[in-house]
Amino acid sequence: MSPEELTAAIDALLRDHPPATTDPHEFFAARFDAGLAWVWVDPSDGGSNAEPALQGLVEQRLTEAGAPVPGAYNPIGIGMCGPTLLTHGTPEQRARYLRPLYTGEEIWCQLFSEPSAGSDVAGLAARARRDGDDWILDGQKVWTSFAHLSHRGLILARTDPTVPKHNGITAFVVDMHAPGVDVRPLRQLTGDAEFNEVFFDGVRIPDGDRLGDVGAGWRVGTTTLMNERVSLGGAIATREEPGAGLLESYRVAAARGEGNPVRRDQAIQLWIEANVNYLTAVRAAAGGNRGKPGPEGSVLKLTSAEFNQRAAEFQNDLLGPAGALLPAHEMRRPTLPYGSMGIPSTQTTFLRSRANTIEGGTSEILRNILGERVLGLPGDVRVDKGVAWKDVPR
Amino acid sequence: MSFSPEQEELRATVRSFLDRHSDEAAVRRLMETDDGYDPAVWNLMGTQLGLQGLYIPEEYGGSGFSFAELCLVLEEMGARLLCAPFFASAVLAASALLESDDEEAKKDLLPGIASGETIATLAYSNDSGQPDGAVTATSTPAGYTLDGSRHFVLDGALADLILVVACADAGPSLFAVEKGADGLTPTRLPTMDLTRKQADLTFDDTPARLIGAEGSADEVLQRVLQLACVALVNESVGGARAVLEQATTYAKERLQFGRPIGSFQAIKHRCADMLVAVEGSRSAAYHAATVAATGDGQLAVIASLAKSYVSEAYFSVAAENIQVHGGIGFTWEHPAHLYFKRAKSAELLFGDPISHRELLAQRFGL
Repeated sequence: MSPEELTAAIDALLRDHPPATTDPHEFFAARFDAGLAWVWVDPSDGGSNAEPALQGLVEQRLTEAGAPVPGAYNPIGIGMCGPTLLTHGTPEQRARYLRPLYTGEEIWCQLFSEPSAGSDVAGLAARARRDGDDWILDGQKVWTSFAHLSHRGLILARTDPTVPKHNGITAFVVDMHAPGVDVRPLRQLTGDAEFNEVFFDGVRIPDGDRLGDVGAGWRVGTTTLMNERVSLGGAIATREEPGAGLLESYRVAAARGEGNPVRRDQAIQLWIEANVNYLTAVRAAAGGNRGKPGPEGSVLKLTSAEFNQRAAEFQNDLLGPAGALLPAHEMRRPTLPYGSMGIPSTQTTFLRSRANTIEGGTSEILRNILGERVLGLPGDVRVDKGVAWKDVPR
Repeated sequence: MSFSPEQEELRATVRSFLDRHSDEAAVRRLMETDDGYDPAVWNLMGTQLGLQGLYIPEEYGGSGFSFAELCLVLEEMGARLLCAPFFASAVLAASALLESDDEEAKKDLLPGIASGETIATLAYSNDSGQPDGAVTATSTPAGYTLDGSRHFVLDGALADLILVVACADAGPSLFAVEKGADGLTPTRLPTMDLTRKQADLTFDDTPARLIGAEGSADEVLQRVLQLACVALVNESVGGARAVLEQATTYAKERLQFGRPIGSFQAIKHRCADMLVAVEGSRSAAYHAATVAATGDGQLAVIASLAKSYVSEAYFSVAAENIQVHGGIGFTWEHPAHLYFKRAKSAELLFGDPISHRELLAQRFGL
């Protein structure tokens, strides 16, 4: 589809389904059917066979028109599971799952992390074994966002413990309402329970819900993780006036008589850092658009996570003694659309920021990635290399 | 903030010129000399590549590129620690004249700077590094004369033409003084960074030519120093790139405990942090170069932002490079110290990081 045809399709969508008066789910369905979900894929998958670069045009036009954002209604589904299905799903799987995922009718979660397999995702132990036309799943997952709201999950499970860890994993789509699935809130140090523990006890998965070949789950998982980093890194690029909030917080504190030269310099240092991160995000976007993704993207996840922590602590400390108070302790559960729970307190933001250097790849793993994949330094010590998963000490 | 094919071509040309004329041996030979540059290479830079006049408009004998191209060239020079009065002449003096409102002086003085025949510099600093006081200008029937001294003048002892900020009746004003003028005494300063020479200059009843109107130097100098910061951070990006390259190359080769040291997280993560510092520096420096080239009103802010961030980043990666190299990195024979010293001199030139953060705080009304 040409840019002109795409523009016409956008105009028609907005005319027939005015965002102000259309239910968001209905709007997403119409958008999917108009081929404006993922423009570069086939019409049957919600696309128009257009140039990938034109996706930006669609997002911009729809944002300007005040259209709802699908990612807010199904964050993990839109950001990670959808792109993974597009890459690895069979035609039947794509036909069954993509449209309800896009409309938000079926919420998705991603089930990779386990209590003993965090940064070492490929070390996972949840087990799936073949039983006729089905697989039987047993095991535990953890840190699962939106599991309590989800209809479907994208899961990695071990299907062959006798081969090295990366080779014995298979990916599946799991029905989160199937018998044997138990979702429990995981209360975090903020008091909230954004995440969940998920237990699987003899859960049946039809072989038709296997994603990719048996033993090829690591490739499927890598697609998901790459999309995760893009969506985490991309978030910062949209921020307006980087660091302005930091300066304002300092002004407010100084007016209360809590200004001093050290804090003032900290405010400016953080302001500079916020702007450098923003400029790096802009540069990464420019590189990506020209088909030459550089190291800026990986750098961004690391720097923005560490910056967020410092900035959140600075803001918290500007409250003075009140920075040690937590206004609310009751356990909150995220709802959709994302963000509908309102703006958290400064103290909660400070507490929440500790997760930034852990979630989506710890800072240590990211430094390994930068060192090894960008700078070409030799690999880290890996005693499990080439060893069958069952023989690796754990 | 991305480079055009033409800009990349310019970069490649400058790179191959510097490969031939500014390898480590050349840098070490030249840094031991008083004037710290090779006149033959300087001439080639002017006649073959036209680098000295890169951003001087064609009407004044230059090639009329933008400040962004000048920054790109400086990045490559910084990577190779080029020993030459380029920064003093092609950046400081050229922009002081270009920013002045003196058409006649531009026509007289810029062509020589553009061709490289004239080596020029800017003398603005007192002994605290501040652009205040210290030199007074007296108007006489025969013209102006200067008295006082200027400090830390880049390539001040070899410059043919010195642009001096001096206080006249109407306030700070810009003057031109020629090499060998009556009462002008240059004193070479012992610099830690041997690749960038400095001198003190004293003026005793020294005849000088007024550039622009009396009292007009404040605004000119402010803008020239902002441009100088932008140019210097781009030069620093080149140096930071070079030390990251040295450190990672060494970390892949050097074996300890039977393994390349780069396979240990203690070293690998240091190198990753160096990469983070270099990439952040590029983002700040390239954006600053774009702002300087397009005449955006935010130059003062981005110049201070970039100067604070990049000069700290360059110093930290230059220091990390020594650490990654271990004992060898602390020797005179290894180039690590040359970059480390260049990074320190760059950090202290045109206002250190803290003073630029102070400028920003004032600007934001904190």
